[in-house]
Amino acid sequence: MARNDFQGSLDLLVLKTLAQRGRLHGYGIVQHIQRASEDLLQVEEGSLYPALHRMEQSKWISSEWALTETNRKAKYYKLTAVGRRQLTEAESSFEQLVRGVRAMLSYA
Amino acid sequence: MPLLPRIANLFFRTRVEREIEAEIQSHIDLRIDDNLTAGMSEEEARRDALLRFGNRTSTKERVASVDFALGLQSIWSDLRYAARQLRHSPGFTVTAVLTLAVAICANAVVFSVLDALVLRPLNLPNSQRLYTVEQRELLNSYPDFRDLRDRNRAFDAVAAYVIAPVGLNTGGNPTEAWVIEASGNYFDVLGVKPYLGRFFQNSDEHGPDSAPYTVLSYSYWKNHFQGDSGIIGRTVEINRHAFTILGVAPPQFRGIELFFWPDMWTPLVDQAQIEGSSSLDERYYRDLFLIGRLKPHVTLAQANADLNSVAIYLKKTYPRDDDGMLFRLTKPGLGGDFLGPPVRAFMTGLMLLAGLILLAACANLGGLFSARAADRSREIALRVALGSTRRRVLRQLLTEAVVISIAGGVAGIAGSVALLRAISAWQPIPIYPIHLPVNPDGLTYAFAVLLALLSGLLFGLAPLRQVFATAPWQVVKTAACTRQGRHWFSTREVLLVIQIAACAVLTTASLVAVRGLERSLHATFGFQPQNALVVTTDLNMAGYSADRAPAMQRRMIDAVAALPGVSSTGLIDNLPFTGTNEVPVFGSNASDFRSSRALTETYRYNASPGYFQAAGTTLLAGRSFTWDDDKNAVPVAVVNREFARKVFGSVQAAIGRHFRTGAKTRLLIVGVVEDGKYSSLTEAPWAVFFRPLLQDPSFATSQIVRSEGDPQQVSAAVQRTIRGLDDALPFTVSPWQQELSFALFAARMATISLGVLGLLGALLALTGIFGLASYSVSKRLREFGIRIALGAKRSELLEAALGRAFKLLAAGSVAGLILGLLATKVLAYVVYEATPRDPLVLAGAVLAMLLLGLIATWLPAQRALSIDPGKLLREE
Repeated sequence: MARNDFQGSLDLLVLKTLAQRGRLHGYGIVQHIQRASEDLLQVEEGSLYPALHRMEQSKWISSEWALTETNRKAKYYKLTAVGRRQLTEAESSFEQLVRGVRAMLSYA
Repeated sequence: MPLLPRIANLFFRTRVEREIEAEIQSHIDLRIDDNLTAGMSEEEARRDALLRFGNRTSTKERVASVDFALGLQSIWSDLRYAARQLRHSPGFTVTAVLTLAVAICANAVVFSVLDALVLRPLNLPNSQRLYTVEQRELLNSYPDFRDLRDRNRAFDAVAAYVIAPVGLNTGGNPTEAWVIEASGNYFDVLGVKPYLGRFFQNSDEHGPDSAPYTVLSYSYWKNHFQGDSGIIGRTVEINRHAFTILGVAPPQFRGIELFFWPDMWTPLVDQAQIEGSSSLDERYYRDLFLIGRLKPHVTLAQANADLNSVAIYLKKTYPRDDDGMLFRLTKPGLGGDFLGPPVRAFMTGLMLLAGLILLAACANLGGLFSARAADRSREIALRVALGSTRRRVLRQLLTEAVVISIAGGVAGIAGSVALLRAISAWQPIPIYPIHLPVNPDGLTYAFAVLLALLSGLLFGLAPLRQVFATAPWQVVKTAACTRQGRHWFSTREVLLVIQIAACAVLTTASLVAVRGLERSLHATFGFQPQNALVVTTDLNMAGYSADRAPAMQRRMIDAVAALPGVSSTGLIDNLPFTGTNEVPVFGSNASDFRSSRALTETYRYNASPGYFQAAGTTLLAGRSFTWDDDKNAVPVAVVNREFARKVFGSVQAAIGRHFRTGAKTRLLIVGVVEDGKYSSLTEAPWAVFFRPLLQDPSFATSQIVRSEGDPQQVSAAVQRTIRGLDDALPFTVSPWQQELSFALFAARMATISLGVLGLLGALLALTGIFGLASYSVSKRLREFGIRIALGAKRSELLEAALGRAFKLLAAGSVAGLILGLLATKVLAYVVYEATPRDPLVLAGAVLAMLLLGLIATWLPAQRALSIDPGKLLREE
């Protein structure tokens, strides 16, 4: 069975965001997930930042400080090669979960 | 996350925290910007941003904990907590660290010496194939060596060498130096390459005195020639004969004997020039060490068999000299079997003792830690009640143990390095180039650190049961401490009794040794070293020939005897305790001179007229030597009482009788002197005979000068006189008692090491009793408080608090005293007149143990007596 939990989903969302948007800071990730999920998903900062730092230490993402368009300093994250592989894995395992749950619900 | 960045993060903690803070701030700022753009007022925008972010501090903590990696971070805080705890109880910390430091230091020192002398192979290429070849009397003669060298099939090569003192003249004052006379193949057998120049070889030898070459040791070259590489080819005078310096040996090569560092090497064929006479043609004269390099693939058994086929050949061919020939192989480095087995046994014993000391130290520290855990049982219970796991509590206690063990280990290593340096630099006997070659290396340090950590874990785990037995409700319950189930003797108590016993043994033994040493300084030696000077000369060093030497010796005696204050003076070839010539003697009608047919083994000395008087040796019957006992007179001898008793039955019966030492020498006994000590203080009476120097000359002599005057003035006058006779003659003048240091060396060493071990044992017994007593007082503080409140007497309280500790002390001391008295029988072999039946020793040992008990229980007793019941009951 696919391993899945909330943390796994948050990792998937963050990785996918970075895959879609390239370089992004924490605030940008929160905004992107909210917008892209049509306000269905709201990421809490209290969970996001520990997750970002953990993923950075696992070498899935890398970070650097840079200026935003509004000239504010922010820490930008982007995917690494390891992170890309991790994303593929997380996506397929999430697909499995969704399929499994759907099959379960539609079981008559 | 890999370990290294985590550790790095620990050190950059503030930097990491600042960065997290900045990231969070930037997040909030960005949302404020967006809120402003969406049309909020500045205040609203800020409020909303902060609200949406949630708990900033907890987020920051969580991010930081990801960065700092939980495990390491908590170890760090454990360490800091442990250090803080230990600082709060300096007495405990100092005791624990000191105990461990002493034990680790002892182990590191003993291990280092063991490593240098026993474990480490000789620092020579392929040294595991090198063996010393010994026969029954250890050393070999030159003719036997040549036969062995040419006839054996087990060795690539066999070399011979002997140690000799020489007078060396490099152009200034003549000085004394130590040479190794070696066969030409010596350096090849050992596989050493010269540092400078070349070594002498087999091809340099063309018969006696044909190779006037010498090789310097590296340190002699550095110290006496200032490392001048131009000295190769220069000529120096050794005993007045010119020798050319061929080369310098490499720095780490100091010959084969670990203890003995020579100054130079000369070819053995030059023995006549170096020693004044040569024994190279005498098959019976055995004074050579042999060392051989075993052929590859030859086993020890094969080599032994091969050597003994040579021995059988020698026995058959030379029945007179090589009667009981039997070869064997031993490990080189410690003078073969001369020093090897005793040194190895002594070091192994010492290592075992050191190990026991460490074990005892661990037991003690375990006791101290248990006492501490008992003191903190409320705190521990509280922590368990608040949700701390027992593992976590134990880890904290273990961390404290490790902190102590590291501190103790470091202190111990520092101490051992200082001690080993001193030992290395130490020359136990000033006149010989003897060193203890110990250099603490990585192995020693690794050993010490390992021991420290292991013992830390060992004693750190002592409170294990206590922690696991702690129930959280104990905090709630008022009776926090109860006596545990009574059992006869706990393991710890048994350990303590053993330890006290060991301490008592050591105390008794060292007291016995000290007393023995004191007595031996006043013992009858058969001569009186008080008020006598010894002038050592070797006429050979100044180039005297055999016919000129006796006249010079006569001049030395006459000139010194004429000095004011000198009451008598005389020469002897070997002072007692500085070497013996073992000679078998035969009946006057004997014709078979194989040593198995001898009447008895004796020591032979050659002495001048006046020697007995100068030495203070009493003449029992007959006469002593006169100047008329010369080459042309009847060969005579003076024997000692033991000789007379053994061979002729009594002193009177010996006078006027004859005995032989060989076919040609038939000696008339003209006098009998008292018995003495000749090779060691503890020896049994030994038969000895003296020969007149004029009939049996010797180049090297010691002149005894007895005087009642001021020793300094007499010494100065003697020095002037000798220099006046021949200013090219090297000599030394010293009080006879100082010369005896060699004889007393073993006894002194035994006393010192026993004393040190006794002190260590005492220290450990002290901390052991202290630990036990404080533990029992801590555990029963409440009980004592109540007893005091109910009006208990101080004596009753003390009895309850310390009774058990004292019982253990008494049991251990009695056992130790008995064992110690038994052990002194063994000690009697080393220390002269070591007798256990000495009231002073017994009283001393009992007093020492009592004192120990008092000191160790003083603090716990104070604590038990100073309990304030009111305070205690309120607190609990």
